[in-house]
Amino acid sequence: MSAAEPPMSAGGPTGDGAEAARHGDAGQAFGAETPASAGGPPPAAASSDRLLSVEDLIVGFPTPDGLVHAVDGISYNVERAGSVGIVGESGSGKTVSALTLIGLTQTQGAKVSGRIMFDGRDLLKVSKDELRHIRGNEIAMIFQDPLSSLHPQFRVGAQIVEAMRIHRSITRSAAHTRATELLELVGIPDPRRRVDQYPHEFSGGMRQRAMIAMALANEPKLLIADEPTTALDVTVQAQILALLERLRRELGMATIMITHDLGVVAQIADRINVMYAGRIVETADARPLFATPQHPYTWGLLRSIPTLDGPRGIELVPIPGRPPSLIRRPSGCHFHPRCAYALPDHATIDPELVDVGPDGHRAACLLDAAQRAAAWAALSGGGTPEQAREAAGIAEVAVPVAETEIVG
Amino acid sequence: MTGFIVRRLLWGVLLLILVIAVTFLIFYLLPSVDPAILRAGRNGSPKVIAEIRRNLGLNHSIIVQFWNYTKEIVLHGNFGYSYYYNDPVGGLISDRLPATVSLTVGAAVLWVVVGVPVGIISAIKRRTFIDRVSMGTALVFVSAPVFWLGLIVLYLFASDIGRFPFFPGSGSYVGLTVNPVKWFESLILPWMVLSATSTAIYARLVRGSLLQVMGEDYIRTARAKGLPERTVILKHGMRSAITPLVTVLGLDIASLLGGAILTEGVFDIPGIGRLNIDAIGHGDVTIVQGTVLVASIFIIVANIIVDIAYAFLDPRVRYE
Repeated sequence: MSAAEPPMSAGGPTGDGAEAARHGDAGQAFGAETPASAGGPPPAAASSDRLLSVEDLIVGFPTPDGLVHAVDGISYNVERAGSVGIVGESGSGKTVSALTLIGLTQTQGAKVSGRIMFDGRDLLKVSKDELRHIRGNEIAMIFQDPLSSLHPQFRVGAQIVEAMRIHRSITRSAAHTRATELLELVGIPDPRRRVDQYPHEFSGGMRQRAMIAMALANEPKLLIADEPTTALDVTVQAQILALLERLRRELGMATIMITHDLGVVAQIADRINVMYAGRIVETADARPLFATPQHPYTWGLLRSIPTLDGPRGIELVPIPGRPPSLIRRPSGCHFHPRCAYALPDHATIDPELVDVGPDGHRAACLLDAAQRAAAWAALSGGGTPEQAREAAGIAEVAVPVAETEIVG
Repeated sequence: MTGFIVRRLLWGVLLLILVIAVTFLIFYLLPSVDPAILRAGRNGSPKVIAEIRRNLGLNHSIIVQFWNYTKEIVLHGNFGYSYYYNDPVGGLISDRLPATVSLTVGAAVLWVVVGVPVGIISAIKRRTFIDRVSMGTALVFVSAPVFWLGLIVLYLFASDIGRFPFFPGSGSYVGLTVNPVKWFESLILPWMVLSATSTAIYARLVRGSLLQVMGEDYIRTARAKGLPERTVILKHGMRSAITPLVTVLGLDIASLLGGAILTEGVFDIPGIGRLNIDAIGHGDVTIVQGTVLVASIFIIVANIIVDIAYAFLDPRVRYE
């Protein structure tokens, strides 16, 4: 992934011209395309041109062992034609939060609260039928494994046709023609022949393209992509990401990109939310997030990605331990058992998401600004967590990390 | 595809010859009653018995006897003569086939029509009261032996001996061409009894199969498209869940066509199973050989049909 376009690596906010250029583009695209959407307000009033606003979303699954706190009070916004990345390890709640947007966790017995304002409606309050009409029509979703996500016994074209015919009155043959066009749009060669083939006759990358074509069938306002490239070859990953980015610009379709790979969101997202144990622990625009990350978990994610343009010989630093159980979460800051910079009282104080920088850069960390700045400066210079700890003046950690790993 | 079918048919023929050989050997080698003695009657003189042996070709070596037997079947469709009825076995079987087919097909329709919906409802309403009641009932019927269930049903509902005499009981079978109404009435109880176990098995099979399919990623995709849950289950779910069902259905029907021995016995229906039991009682070896052979043909053909059906049900299966 990072071979195709590495994320902003260690240290250099000036180092990544492509990144900056991409942001300029996205801003222009935003300004240029909004008028098309029913004479929306000018870009200046961007806050009112919000497509999706998730407020204090809580999703819990009752199980015999206790309530699984899959999503624990997250809030974020998606602008029209905007692109938001949600990043985190498996079990951080990122997929559950997305499935909840289109009502697919509620059917699995999830307890949901909060507000999901989409285009003027609260998706948690609309009727089942209305939500079903929004699903696949105004909000489309693509998934991680394109082979298992396509029905093996229906032709690819028929599956796209079906997606169209649920939501609009269109003849079967017209829908079939449109399905062929959609396959062409997403870059499948020889679409006339391909449209009548079965998923197993497609390669992995083509299957994901077909999934994307299906998602585009009704020209949705929002596309949720859940790990869309994880199951694919690295070269194909880059193609799929480029395709998604192109479609977003051409069609003015907002995107939520869910991934565990910061390299992926670096290429495609304007705004990034980092999730840990069901919460957003850091949120920022893409540039500041890569340049001045504020949360030790984000540092961990960044330092565990190999980069080509970083200093040579720099060691990758994995995040120790595993994501916590979402039934019995660690006390205080949920990340403290795995955090190299945790102080004794971090095991008792639950940090809130607070402003840590301009443009709504927020993080939920108990370290103070000076400590964070010093630690990241050391880390981004290639330092080990021990050196960073020293630089931040938190050398005397009362709870040894090795011991808490077991706890975590 | 054509090549596959031809190959399967050739293998089927080979298998049949093997079945002929095995049944022939079993009945030749196992100590049973000498057919010539049976034929000669209670007081047959040794001279008569020897003559019968010669007429039936029993004095030839086993190889020659097998060759003659096979040759007659393959060339003339002649399964030999019943020692007991003194009629061609082929004719006896084809006379009895309509009753067995009536019984089997009716029961199969019944168990599919009842079992599949029960399975679907149980899967959708998993762990609810409805699910537990259906699966509990299914367990009872899976465990209930046909001969026992048959007697209970006769005791309860048969018009002659039943507590609630609703339907004609044992020995009431009438051919379809003779009187369709009576044919139907006489088969109501046998259909119920014969289908009971299979209904239960199919309900459990459909439930398990559908539950597994409903956890697949493509079901999530179907929901994400905005399809109504009904379509998600009946179209996307059942399309996959039906495949294992077709396999079992083909083989079940085939094995019953070879004679539903217990049901035909309890209800005294003149089918192949009944013919077989009687023949065993009489030591009428050629009939037993014939019925075993016919049953094998049904199973082999059903297997081929199931394999071909698979290619149509699942596009990933291709026979080259």
